[in-house]
Amino acid sequence: MQVLLDVVLCALILIGTVFALIGSWGLAKLTDFFKRLHGPTKASTLGVGCVLIASMLYFTFRTEGGASLHELLITLFVFLTAPISAHLLVKAALSLDPGMRPPPPQVPDQQADVEP
Amino acid sequence: MIATTLLPYAIGAFTLALLLNLYRLLRGPGLADRILALDTLYINSLALLILVGIHFGTPVFFEAALVIAMMGFVGTVALSKFVLRGDIVE
Repeated sequence: MQVLLDVVLCALILIGTVFALIGSWGLAKLTDFFKRLHGPTKASTLGVGCVLIASMLYFTFRTEGGASLHELLITLFVFLTAPISAHLLVKAALSLDPGMRPPPPQVPDQQADVEP
Repeated sequence: MIATTLLPYAIGAFTLALLLNLYRLLRGPGLADRILALDTLYINSLALLILVGIHFGTPVFFEAALVIAMMGFVGTVALSKFVLRGDIVE
């Protein structure tokens, strides 16, 4: 049981660290703001989630004092707020540089089929 | 206890991630890049605090991580609103 818990903890910490590192590397390396936004908003959030779940398992099973649910609060908060902040960041970037806004989608002309 | 031997390396990797974010924060050509770098910086420092808490075996870092999460979100929203509208409280 202890070995299984250890393996799960190791896997969660490793996956979380690798995801956060890849997200930060993408933030530093990519060339455009709208490309850079992909790294932190997806990878880093997943990395933080994995680390928080690892911490929850560790403090629940390795120390006395019952279940540890603080991390669930933090995980919920981070997962709830990350899309909102990303959305606001994109809106701010588009207002700073309106030329980056993509053209509106072309509506296909369906009136010719309906109207005789 | 493989996890305890893995932890210093994970803390080092998160420190490297923080350094990459700091590079983007100082270098970033636009205002939005710097706000994004700050956003990533607080999320990564939150995870680093949690890992340090596991490493020392104390649950005292949870409150700090929770406060960082809330204040970081408020800071990101305030900065984005300031860029969008030119004012925070309308």
